[in-house]
Amino acid sequence: MAIRKSLGRRIGVNLLAWAIGFVIFFPILWTIMTSFKSELDAFAFPPKFFSVHWTLENYKEVLSRSNYPLFAYNSIVESVGANIVGLLIAIPAAWSMAFAPTIVPERKETRMLYAAMLAAILIAAAILYLIGDARGDWRIYGPIVAIACIPVVFWIATRRTPDVLMWMLSTKMMPGVGVLVPIFLWFRDLHLLDTRFGVGFMLMLMNLPIIIWMLYTYFKEIPAGILEAARMDGASLLNEIVYVLTPMATPGIASTMLLAVILSWNEAFWTLNLTTHDAAPLTAFIASYSAPEGLFWAKLSAASTLAIAPILVLGWLSQKQLVRGLTFGAVK
Amino acid sequence: MGSIELQQVRKSFGSVNIIKGVDLQIKDGEFVVFVGPSGCGKSTLLRLIAGLEDVTGGKIVIDGKDATERGPAQRGLAMVFQSYALYPHMSVRNNIAFPLKMAKASKEVIDAKVARAAGTLNLTDYLDRRPGQLSGGQRQRVAIGRAIVREPSAFLFDEPLSNLDAALRVQMRLEIGELHKTLKTTMIYVTHDQVEAMTMADKIVVLDLGAIAQVGAPLDLYNRPDNLFVAKFIGSPTMNIVKGPSADKRGADCVGIRPEHTDISTTAGEWPGTVRIAEHLGSETFVYVDVDGIGPFTVRVDGEAPLHASDRVFLTPRESRLHRFNAAGARIAA
Ligand SMILES: Nc1ncnc2c1ncn2[C@@H]1O[C@H](COP(=O)(O)OP(=O)(O)O)[C@@H](O)[C@H]1O
Ligand SMILES: [Mg+2]
Repeated sequence: MAIRKSLGRRIGVNLLAWAIGFVIFFPILWTIMTSFKSELDAFAFPPKFFSVHWTLENYKEVLSRSNYPLFAYNSIVESVGANIVGLLIAIPAAWSMAFAPTIVPERKETRMLYAAMLAAILIAAAILYLIGDARGDWRIYGPIVAIACIPVVFWIATRRTPDVLMWMLSTKMMPGVGVLVPIFLWFRDLHLLDTRFGVGFMLMLMNLPIIIWMLYTYFKEIPAGILEAARMDGASLLNEIVYVLTPMATPGIASTMLLAVILSWNEAFWTLNLTTHDAAPLTAFIASYSAPEGLFWAKLSAASTLAIAPILVLGWLSQKQLVRGLTFGAVK
Repeated sequence: MGSIELQQVRKSFGSVNIIKGVDLQIKDGEFVVFVGPSGCGKSTLLRLIAGLEDVTGGKIVIDGKDATERGPAQRGLAMVFQSYALYPHMSVRNNIAFPLKMAKASKEVIDAKVARAAGTLNLTDYLDRRPGQLSGGQRQRVAIGRAIVREPSAFLFDEPLSNLDAALRVQMRLEIGELHKTLKTTMIYVTHDQVEAMTMADKIVVLDLGAIAQVGAPLDLYNRPDNLFVAKFIGSPTMNIVKGPSADKRGADCVGIRPEHTDISTTAGEWPGTVRIAEHLGSETFVYVDVDGIGPFTVRVDGEAPLHASDRVFLTPRESRLHRFNAAGARIAA
């Protein structure tokens, strides 16, 4: 039985959808409109809609004042590069969690071992923090050690796939600013500040949990029997992943990649804090137009429009693929 | 070559013991069927032989060499899955060629072998299709084709026909039987259908709760079931089991009589009873009788029999075909 709805109700639902869509899209529309106004019109209150003198001045100004191609190039290299590497790490990781999960029944000893290791690490971190004071920057390494060891603790103490998945998600719950100082110092010491490699590395780490989670859910949809058949047919693990799993999961991998690229493209916290010029992506390009001594709304809008245009176009072109990927498995 | 030997093979999932110490010898070229009710561990045992699961204990010897630690690709076996498990993104040709590509065969060899397998299995016209565009029977043939091009030392089949309709199942059963005659390769075939087991096997392995209940040729199991489980599992309709004075008289805890080994008469016999239902199939008649003091009893009569519901009848077992079992369910030798 198809669910029948009255015409009035359908019109109502449609209007509501359009209204919500408009509210979501409005800031972008407003930004684009503002980018074509003069600074004076952009400031006007109440805002002007019709009696505006449309102009391309802002774009000319913005493009002549800063090196847009360099920012755009950095954005592309960092967000695409980071996520290609991320995929290379995530595909085997998601494979192992989806097709060779470790589900050991939890035992009392395991939990005690886990608690003991966690305690040892926290004590070590506290000692580093306390004695580190006398030795300059050392105290900063206390929290780093603690954070870096948590995955190891999980791996040794539990080795249960559901826990590892949960732990990965939990890393996304911590605000990035919590580890900004230690990571900044690390980057400084390793000469990674303001390098494309450094930013890409950071973006890769940031997206890895999401990429693995998404791939994991796609891979779960693939019948394990097909991979077993490949194993019986003499395929090595690498061949199984390259010739069977990856082609079957292409829609899922593509939409994961797209989402990850979009997230990296829009990432502003790490890109702003870890770059100055050479490796600065488009987020830094936008930020450079919000000066403390007064905002230039129109120029800021022009910069924003230039920054989001490529990703908007990419999203538009890949709409079909994205939707197909996000509903992958629903239609077999 | 394809002899396979299992020595005390055990498998547990967590704390649950699924396979409980299986010893089995399979000779080169034999057609062996694992049969048993659903959930008894047939697939698990097959997967242990394939190397898709690791044993918890015991040894698997293939062609005289210990293969317990070898991965599935190194055991030289081919498997046909219940779900076919074809590669949906590859053409039929590439599906069949996949094992050869993995073995790094040359292009000429691959083409020749694929063409030959496709010819044997009537797939030549479908080589460029995707599995999704094939019928169930054709998919099954592709899965078999993929298995035979490797020239494995043994084939493993896991309920390969259970997704097919009845007519196709009979046809594929014959085709697999013919394939075995041509290739003369060891085959291990898993099914829960005792008719498939009886018709195809050189040797049947009856499994019950992860242990072997009996191993033997089809008619051995039919004529001399080692225990009540096998007695009731093999044969259709199932064997009648009678307890009480009739069994005591014959020195057993219970006796088993097959429906086809019972004489039915309207005048005289050992067990009086009333016909509940009579099914007239022409070639044979199944009579379901309520025997006084014993309960439901099935009788099979060759051809037509003039019997109808609520007729009074007398049943007599043929002594020579009667099976006696002790209280533990084991056969008492004659
Ligand atoms: N990977 C697994 N994890 C836990 N239990 C399993 C697993 N595979 C099979 N089992 C259990 O083992 C028993 C036997 O399964 P299976 O070998 O598939 O039976 P069959 O093929 O005879 O129907 C079942 O009870 C099933 O639930
Ligand atoms: Mg099974």
